[in-house]
Amino acid sequence: MSYLYFPGCSLKGLGRAYEESLLAVFDTIGIDLKELTDWNCCGATAYMSIDEVKACALSARNLALADKYRVGEETIHLVVPCSGCYLELSKTQKLLRDYPELDRTIKSALSDINLEYHGKVQIRHPLDVLVNDLGLGLLSAHVTQPLRGLRVACYYGCQIVRPYSTFDDQHAPVAMERLLGALGAEVIDWPLKTRCCGGSLTGTVEEVGLRLNHILLKEAAKRKADVVATVCPLCQFNLECYQPLINKTFGDALNLPVVYFTQLMGLAFGLDPKVLGLQRSFIPLPAYEHIREAVER
Amino acid sequence: MQMWRKIKYEAEVDHGFAGEIAALPGGEKLFSCIQCGTCSATCPVSPYMDYTPRRIIAMIRGGFKQEVLTSVTTWLCASCYSCSVECPQEINITDIMYALKRKAIRENSDPKGFAISVLTREFFNSIARTGRNSEGRLSLRLFLKTRPLQLLRQAGFGFRLWSRGRLGVRRERIADRKGLRKLLKTVEAEAYSGKRWSLTATNKGGKL
Repeated sequence: MSYLYFPGCSLKGLGRAYEESLLAVFDTIGIDLKELTDWNCCGATAYMSIDEVKACALSARNLALADKYRVGEETIHLVVPCSGCYLELSKTQKLLRDYPELDRTIKSALSDINLEYHGKVQIRHPLDVLVNDLGLGLLSAHVTQPLRGLRVACYYGCQIVRPYSTFDDQHAPVAMERLLGALGAEVIDWPLKTRCCGGSLTGTVEEVGLRLNHILLKEAAKRKADVVATVCPLCQFNLECYQPLINKTFGDALNLPVVYFTQLMGLAFGLDPKVLGLQRSFIPLPAYEHIREAVER
Repeated sequence: MQMWRKIKYEAEVDHGFAGEIAALPGGEKLFSCIQCGTCSATCPVSPYMDYTPRRIIAMIRGGFKQEVLTSVTTWLCASCYSCSVECPQEINITDIMYALKRKAIRENSDPKGFAISVLTREFFNSIARTGRNSEGRLSLRLFLKTRPLQLLRQAGFGFRLWSRGRLGVRRERIADRKGLRKLLKTVEAEAYSGKRWSLTATNKGGKL
């Protein structure tokens, strides 16, 4: 099976380490992710807040670009790692199905720029692909450095589990726990795993954004997590990069590494931390050094 | 004990408001709300809102148009969809919030100078021009417009990100900007031709 890859803006910037580790992990397993040519921004929450027709047009352009890669009647699987992009693309598909007039408007506008969308693109999160298409058996066969002893809090955030995802439970998703557990990690029980990080609130209404992230981090720390594993560039940025300011604001002393689940996978596969973008972290992963030394001894 | 209450004379109430919102994509199930408050309970930002999601629904149905459209509630909503997933009546409250945001923008009654609506407009305009988001530039414009005095502190933060290769200064853009602009222009012409809100007429009340 071949996969098409939609990075989205953040994976080329703030979440660069997500792209680096994702590509390295898929490469190790022998699966090629082909980047969609000339993809555009998904519009995020901003477009839906101002104009739903234009929001759909933006995502429909991406869907139509993906459609070009289709051979015959097969369905194209578009891998979308960022939660915001995953949601917007899925939402557009749903709106086009539910509102025939919107569908007609968008499709006729697409044809004016020589694009077509036939509805045969499936939006997939890499977590879904890894756990459900490839399987834990295949993934654990690649492990050379099990994540033994690493206590991981798996954080899903909001938009990949709600409301359009079909690959996991909306209230209590478990895909990441199963995946990282199979790689040797000790996954902890953390009921806040689908509670929202507030998205861009850290940049707009700072006191609210910081508070939301403080609650998440504090609960993970109380449950003695060594690291928080994330699936979204914005969650990772909020939870990690704002920790100094959170500590200052709420008089705390949190120092909890927050990494992408693909970075942990890469470490388990024995990949170089630099290839996985771990040098881009604000808070290093000391537990890992400890594990690696233990394994080497 | 201080009671929360909102009273209006019948003559001051906008009786058409609820119907307007129910006619927008996402608003279809507005009238099935039973005011149970599950939305407000599950919402992570409801403690910071001027009106909780349950109150917003009640106020829409009560015709408190001005209060609803100028409130910060809709803008604080971070679109996490908790309320929509938990609602026992399957009302897509997140999409009602979106419908309210769009209506406020169109009627120009969104809270002025409020950082979230400033960011939303900036983001919207820059994507229409370039097709991609340049995170560094967008943050810079946001702070220039809302909190210029904080730029110094933000510069330090930006430098830390830049030194780790996480913040570019380059303007990100797609190759076919002409095509994208044409696409947006075409759907705008179509959508504003008076046909826009007939969109809902074809919907069978399906959950969004």
